[in-house]
Amino acid sequence: MMACVTMANHTSSMMTLRVNGAVHRLRLDHRTTVLDALREHLGLTGTKKGCDHGQCGACTVLVDGRRVNSCLLLAVTAQDAEVTTIEGLAGPGGELHPLQAAFVERDALQCGYCTPGQICSAVAMLGEAAAGWPSAASASLTGPVTLNAAETRERMSGNLCRCGAYVNIVAAILDVAGDGATGSRDEPQRAAR
Amino acid sequence: MKPFGYVVAPDPAAAVAIVTMRPGAAFLGGGTNLVDLMKLGVVAPDVLVDVTGLLPDRVERQPGGGLRIGAGVRNSDLAADPQVRAEFPVLAQAVLAGASGQLRNMATVGGNLLQRTRCLYFQDVTKPCNKRTPGSGCPARAGDHRNLAVLGGSLHCVATHPSDMAVALAALDAVVHVEGAAGPRVIPLSGLYRLPGDEPDRETTLERGDLITAVEVPARPYARNSAYRKVRDRASYAFGVASVAAALDVAGGVVQDVRLALGAVAPVPWRARVAEQVLAGRPATAEWFGRAADAELAAAAPLRDNAFKVTLARNIVVRMLCVLAGVPAGDTA
Repeated sequence: MMACVTMANHTSSMMTLRVNGAVHRLRLDHRTTVLDALREHLGLTGTKKGCDHGQCGACTVLVDGRRVNSCLLLAVTAQDAEVTTIEGLAGPGGELHPLQAAFVERDALQCGYCTPGQICSAVAMLGEAAAGWPSAASASLTGPVTLNAAETRERMSGNLCRCGAYVNIVAAILDVAGDGATGSRDEPQRAAR
Repeated sequence: MKPFGYVVAPDPAAAVAIVTMRPGAAFLGGGTNLVDLMKLGVVAPDVLVDVTGLLPDRVERQPGGGLRIGAGVRNSDLAADPQVRAEFPVLAQAVLAGASGQLRNMATVGGNLLQRTRCLYFQDVTKPCNKRTPGSGCPARAGDHRNLAVLGGSLHCVATHPSDMAVALAALDAVVHVEGAAGPRVIPLSGLYRLPGDEPDRETTLERGDLITAVEVPARPYARNSAYRKVRDRASYAFGVASVAAALDVAGGVVQDVRLALGAVAPVPWRARVAEQVLAGRPATAEWFGRAADAELAAAAPLRDNAFKVTLARNIVVRMLCVLAGVPAGDTA
């Protein structure tokens, strides 16, 4: 335990971050969030900083497959976890993730600032629904989940769009949900330990 | 934000020892509230002790049908747990009524219980606040208090407790397992929180270094017939204006047992014991539910702009109990 107390006096640490399949080893101030690590230290600016207080969802990334607000997640706590950002969603040949393609097809954006967070959030949300997780909009806590517009709006309420592109965002997500594009790939996983 | 050290302690006892010894140390759970408050400058710990890997992260069935919920269980896992959904619906609904999918994936049960008020003055370091800076004053009574307390407040503080989950746990007679410097102990959830009085900075009965390790919910006949109703300014992703957690056991049209707690109207999750006593053995009707709500809310002391919360709380109590009793709400709700 004395070792722990000694560590407590350092304000930065060497840490390992795994992002989109790549391993990065870097020294970061403990104040650095995953969002700032991605944007300022790893050059991955697809993830956006909106409010920086967990209120807008623009910074949403996947950590071990689960959607989180990267602005509230300290990088030092995200070691050993696999972080997936919007840059990591496309296939190896550059083919768009079905949700990316649906957002383009449905014109589900205007300025595009919230879009990476919307798409990352939707990827995980479809997995949650496929796993049978209920929402506040579900008619039953125990019945099967059927994604409709009301369910989608409730489950996506953590992602704000100031342009008001919600109508097409919901349509894009329902296009993919309707295609049965969810599956074990997007199954929610336990949070990083 | 002030620079800080970061520690992963090997076990809960070590984590407790560090935070007990170091006045500037704080436990880090999901961080959804703490990291935000650090960004705002409301709190400035000099070392964070990460307990997410130390705490139990499973929902376990207890002998007799109750639940033991590890303090490290993420809110989303709690709401998705099959037993919680089937046997303690009020708890699943309360968790799902709060925050967003992203935040529920991060937030822990222990951290949810100990989250701080979202009172605007508490979160704004340029303003006085007796909770943040004891003795500096409370601008809320004369200022923006539309969504602050109507029950249990004091001249020194009218902040509301922001948790939905804790309201459900209060109604379910939950107990909290705490690891402290002197070892483990168990306290009822109703004994965890303190009313502000003249010490609004002391929000709980926990001592420095105390770590919540689990929450236990007993099996009760009324738990299955329970529900949570939250009213807020927008349809989703907003803190409550008023909420109710209710559990009801009715036989032959008569209330056998009832549990009621109110959220977003008091500095603590407000267990409505007065209303429960009024209802014991009484007809399960909208009229009696209204009488019970009125008796509970007789103690309300609303401010200039939040008297509407008293009516709102009354109406959702009556409506929720009517739904659980399967009786018409009539004109009283």
